Amino acid sequence: MSTQASAMAANHIPAENVDTAQPLLQIRDLKKRFSLSGDFLDQLRFKGGKLIRHQEHVHAINGVNLEINRGEALCVVGESGCGKSTVARTVMGLLSPSEGEIHYDGQRIDHLSSRQLLPYRKRMQMIFQNPYASLNPRMTIQQTLEEPLRLHHPKWNRQQIADKVEEVMDSVGINPDWGKRFGHEFSGGQRQRIAIARALAVDPEFIVADEPISALDVSIQAQVLNLLMEAQHARNLTYLFITHDLAVVEHFGTRVAVMYLGTVCEVATTATLFAKPRHPYTQALLSSIPRLEDDRPQHIRLKGEVPTPVNLPSGCVFHGRCPYANARCIQEIPQLQMQDDGTRVACHAVEEGRL
Amino acid sequence: MTMTTKPIKAPSRFQRFSDSFLWYSFKRDRTAQLCLAVFICLVVAAFAAPLIAPTDPYDLRQIDILASELPPFWIDGTDERYILGTDAQGRDLWSIVLYGTRVSLLIGFGAVILQALLGVTFGLMAGYLGGRVDAFFMRLADIQLSFSTLMVAIVVGAVVKATMGSSFYSQYAVLMLVLIIGLAEWPQYARTVRASVLAEKNKEYVDAARVMGLRSKRIMFRHVLPNTLSPIFVISTVQIANAIISEAALSFLGLGMPETHPSLGSLIKAGFDYIQSGSWWITLIPGAVLVVLVLSINLLGDWLRDVMNPRLYKG
Amino acid sequence: MALLEVSQLDVRFALRQGEVKAIRDVSFTLERGERLGIVGESGAGKSVAAFSLLNLIAKPGFIAGGSITFEGQTLNTMSERGLRKIRGNRISMIFQDPMMTLNPVLSIGEQMVECLKAHRRISSKEARAIALDKLRQVQIPSPEKRLDQYPHELSGGMRQRIIIAIALLLDPDIIIADEPTTALDVTIQAEIMALLLDLCEQHNVGLILITHDLGVVSQVTQRMLVMYAGRVIEQGPTREIINDPQHPYTQGLINALPQMATPGEKLNQIRGSMPSLSNLPSGCAFHPRCDFIKRADGQTRPVCIEQVPGFVQAGNCQAACHMVAELMEDRRLKEESQ
Repeated sequence: MSTQASAMAANHIPAENVDTAQPLLQIRDLKKRFSLSGDFLDQLRFKGGKLIRHQEHVHAINGVNLEINRGEALCVVGESGCGKSTVARTVMGLLSPSEGEIHYDGQRIDHLSSRQLLPYRKRMQMIFQNPYASLNPRMTIQQTLEEPLRLHHPKWNRQQIADKVEEVMDSVGINPDWGKRFGHEFSGGQRQRIAIARALAVDPEFIVADEPISALDVSIQAQVLNLLMEAQHARNLTYLFITHDLAVVEHFGTRVAVMYLGTVCEVATTATLFAKPRHPYTQALLSSIPRLEDDRPQHIRLKGEVPTPVNLPSGCVFHGRCPYANARCIQEIPQLQMQDDGTRVACHAVEEGRL
Repeated sequence: MTMTTKPIKAPSRFQRFSDSFLWYSFKRDRTAQLCLAVFICLVVAAFAAPLIAPTDPYDLRQIDILASELPPFWIDGTDERYILGTDAQGRDLWSIVLYGTRVSLLIGFGAVILQALLGVTFGLMAGYLGGRVDAFFMRLADIQLSFSTLMVAIVVGAVVKATMGSSFYSQYAVLMLVLIIGLAEWPQYARTVRASVLAEKNKEYVDAARVMGLRSKRIMFRHVLPNTLSPIFVISTVQIANAIISEAALSFLGLGMPETHPSLGSLIKAGFDYIQSGSWWITLIPGAVLVVLVLSINLLGDWLRDVMNPRLYKG
Repeated sequence: MALLEVSQLDVRFALRQGEVKAIRDVSFTLERGERLGIVGESGAGKSVAAFSLLNLIAKPGFIAGGSITFEGQTLNTMSERGLRKIRGNRISMIFQDPMMTLNPVLSIGEQMVECLKAHRRISSKEARAIALDKLRQVQIPSPEKRLDQYPHELSGGMRQRIIIAIALLLDPDIIIADEPTTALDVTIQAEIMALLLDLCEQHNVGLILITHDLGVVSQVTQRMLVMYAGRVIEQGPTREIINDPQHPYTQGLINALPQMATPGEKLNQIRGSMPSLSNLPSGCAFHPRCDFIKRADGQTRPVCIEQVPGFVQAGNCQAACHMVAELMEDRRLKEESQ
């Protein structure tokens, strides 16, 4: 009964009465660990004549706080292994968080069962990185697009479903006559369009896009990015956009969150971040974008490499590579702090005015 | 794969098949063609046995005990009615081999269908659900595999024979053999399916299905299973051959088909006693049929494995 | 004479659908110490071009025509034995995936020593000393330790440094780098590229850089080729092409980059996608996607559909485009009339 009630409640919020001041999605103190130690028997170790249970974890996300407002595109950037995809997958319920909460439209969703999540599935959808793997190779395009409609609109008749599929295929620029074809008969860009169509089919309001253009060619990237922006305007979508490509962020994002080793180090509006990066890592990241203009790159070189997320550094996770690190950085974990222009930065050096 | 802007009609199923790599490599592979031809001939002949066979070996009235141990047609002292001669009970060997092949194929296919049903279901669940389900089914499979198929079959067969009586066993022999061989070999399927499910389940289309809100059961059977069919086909060929051989071995040990409804295995066993007395054909002819049948299936399986090997296929 | 001269190279793949022309009529030269970029999207044939330089094209591919001349020796007709003396020794390669070059069961030191001893008559001790020196050159922290480590113990960036060290091991004249930083993060990519650039300049090594990233090409190379559907469609000094591309495809490629548009506005996309090599459009392979196929008066240029364009000189660049040819002709006529 309670599941039904919540399902009804979720389905029947009229769009006009929505509290626009409240963020659409809130991520609070999110943590995710993956065990590296296998099952119980594998964890047992002999140490000093005693049997000890030994566990190792990858700390993929360590206390992430983010808010996504209605109608914006929040871009999460960072290098591989920084936990940005884990954030996306946790938000979508593909992974369950180790700690922390996720609130969607004021309601906590991270602890719901898959049945209770069903009404939210219609409102939030996901686009994946690899268009070659995200379409089931044994299903035709028509079948792929019909499936979410059948599930979320059980009362629709055949014609209504067919009409909707046609509309959505049209809107992503795929000829509806190609519905009988299989995914592998299309090029990468077209497959990504179909994947976008699948996400748009249930008319969601929020889309998580996990590196949606990284696997595509340059000329196709522009097409898909344009499509995503058109869809945003036409359908008033909110995006959580995961990428490693800063040029795309600059173009696409309303706000940017920079992640490093499972923590958010800076959140700012796109214009502010690119004009005035505060966090030393953001500065290094921005300086290393290959630009067309200058032929001699003047990028900031960081010491060493990203540490493994198995044994996290103490204090600020960035201190080992940071040119401004001092004793406090090694001991104390910096928190995100609001600056006067609304940017939030997690850095002791910025806080103390050393930077 | 580039689309032009004008819509092109999607190819039909037949067109897809005739464009496929499977058909292409079949057209170029003489061994595969020959094996398929032999296999189809054997299957057709076996299942059309009542039409082709000159006598009905199950009908005792048609058996002439005086005409026993007659040699095949190329040896002197033969009777023209019996092309391949007769066995020790005077049954026409040509007819009885046809009927025997039918029994062997029936048990082989039946056992493999049972294996596949159990193995695919358990393997799919183990691979997709993981955790405890996975541990349970895979340990069960390990335990089962640590007994040899024949040993399990012998024990079960002997117990059933002892408790239910020999006549009961003969009556339900085909069913018993299907059950015994089917139950003994499901872990082969379960392991193969589990391995490919583990590879498939991390692909993004499965995540996409989960994000859509589909139930696990639907994702398992509608999304994951169709993508693990290739390895299932490949091991099915090997498993059919194995099941036919297992049945032959069991029958040879006297735990399989009774002599009144013989399979190829029990024919070999029945004739084995007469090999010393010069009537070698009673055992060697069904033996040769068994070898040809199993060989053609195995060679087909080899070809199929080469074609469906994804690494070769992509290149 | 140039150090490396490729002329009218033609590489085909014998597939079951028939013969596919992977690259056609590719010609370029590389001087000693010069850095050349080959740019294109997937399917343009840039990797095939690189692999065929050392005759590394695997079956069913084969070189169907043209010649590759290195210091006066023709590589494409050379025996496998002769080629082995050049591969790794005079011309070395860096691949996108470091694990393609590194053997996972041998330590870094063993691999480097083995490589040195295969080409030179030196003792293991000398070889080790050279290996250590090269590791220092690629700025690997604690190089002595790395010699005894195995590839899987190193991070992606570190592995790519080792690969560069191995590529430099025998002091080659040319390094061919096929998407060397595509698999790496931006910060690491910038470092590796800067390193490669420094080393090539220091040792006067020629570099052929194959990439899809215009940013990388513009920062590292002096000259560049743009490839589309198996052909070179534009070539010339990198700066000039980046600043003033002539061919509509190059223009489209540069204009499609997000940094070329105002944030939040529509990007300038090229419509359609790269044709498959087995089903190329007639005439200029780019014509179905080209906006300039129509003349100023709205008429379609039939020549674009009928005829494969040849190169026309435009400044220091050459572009294979009928539209550019027409513009150049107009300009020439105007100058003559004046």
